[in-house]
Amino acid sequence: MTSDFKHIQAAHCENGVTTSLLAHYGIHKITEPLAFGIGSGLFYIQLPFMKVNGGPAISFRTLPGAIFKRTCVALDVPVTRKKYSNPQKAMAELDERLAAGKPTACQVGVYYLTYFPKEYRFHFNAHNIIVVDKQGDDYIISDPVMEGLVTLNSYELERVRFAKGAFAPRGQMYYPGENLTEATDVQLRTGIIKGIKRNCRDMLHIPGPIGGTDGIAYTGRQIKKWKAKLGDEKARMYLAQLVRMQEEIGTGGGGFRFIYGAFLQQAHQYLPVDELFDLSKKFTESGDKWRDAAIQASGIYKGRLSSHADYNKMGDMLIEISALEKNTFNQLKAMIKKVN
Amino acid sequence: MKKNEIPQDEGYLGKIAREVTYAVDDEGKYVTGRSSGWTVKEEANDVAWESFERQINEAKQRVINGEMSPVFYWMEKRMMDQGIVAQYMGIWKWSVKRHMKPSVFKKLSDAKIKKYAEVFETSVEEFKNPFK
Repeated sequence: MTSDFKHIQAAHCENGVTTSLLAHYGIHKITEPLAFGIGSGLFYIQLPFMKVNGGPAISFRTLPGAIFKRTCVALDVPVTRKKYSNPQKAMAELDERLAAGKPTACQVGVYYLTYFPKEYRFHFNAHNIIVVDKQGDDYIISDPVMEGLVTLNSYELERVRFAKGAFAPRGQMYYPGENLTEATDVQLRTGIIKGIKRNCRDMLHIPGPIGGTDGIAYTGRQIKKWKAKLGDEKARMYLAQLVRMQEEIGTGGGGFRFIYGAFLQQAHQYLPVDELFDLSKKFTESGDKWRDAAIQASGIYKGRLSSHADYNKMGDMLIEISALEKNTFNQLKAMIKKVN
Repeated sequence: MKKNEIPQDEGYLGKIAREVTYAVDDEGKYVTGRSSGWTVKEEANDVAWESFERQINEAKQRVINGEMSPVFYWMEKRMMDQGIVAQYMGIWKWSVKRHMKPSVFKKLSDAKIKKYAEVFETSVEEFKNPFK
């Protein structure tokens, strides 16, 4: 079985799982950027009153599971997703599928993921992997972050499938239907249009000030207060957390903005509107500005910069990104309205 | 980001896998490249770890001072909170909180001790006496 499965390395785990599983079961036209765009993956939110590892709860992407589900729905692919309360049952049902030669995705926690370096083992529970095969007590794993296949023994796999804490995976496994027919260009076109519309809605019209393009400015305004409110040490830790959420495993750089830029270029094949290229450039510009902001943040958290003015500059950089992205999404929205 | 600007600094993840990164080539077309790491984010990771280390040291001191039981130290050491420990242990959060009192800890059953050691990925001996 392992021999017919093609491991695909991706920037983001859920995009990678979606792309590899669909390819394995018969749909080859979906690339990582297409899955991300059709799944309306781009987002921004800072949840107030909530802390992750003692820092601000910030996300640059949509809810876990949404990209896989939306992409499958767009292509009329049936999806099965199961949660378990009983670990033995969860492992037995996975084994059954593997014995039948059916690679299956699992949501797992990374804390006990033995092949990850220690520095990455946080209590983060929304990681996605594909279990490809079982050999003796070892499971062959396609983890999209890794360059090749890896293994976990049954104890290790059960442990990560039943990781505890926020978003506990509860043994979740999921998979698309089998013997799928290749996606048609019309399905892709429709999926792309819908994905863009939904992403414009999420970024422009989410109610309240904390999410979407407004949320970026919200964080920017908060940052200006961090030094006085939290003290230097905590403020530095908060900034480091922002950068980790933006650049850590999975975002493809610049908080997913570059993947989205790639999506708009690839979308052109199915939706031939030349404005897409111009819009793609704007997302590249955004991603670059996010990276410039990360460099400014690193100056602060490494102690090279520490004045109020440095925090203000950092906050202003995010406020500028917010305005830029609002503008870009409005242009995207106007463009997509015209194609219908 | 241009393809030739994809950072190739030394990274923690880079030791086991270079990350897929999206960037544009000379014609402005998006392509993927691999990145071994980026100093800016490696430093962000370091800051997070320094803050964990500080917390762990504080916890260590409090256990040595006899204010808290080893459960508290191991919780911090494994970057957990009371909720996560309670879920892994299959007990209530308030029980975990009680087990952090040295007086209650002394009376814990062997089964509980063994379960704690398993959750914290350590031996029973090391769990009970982490600083020997």
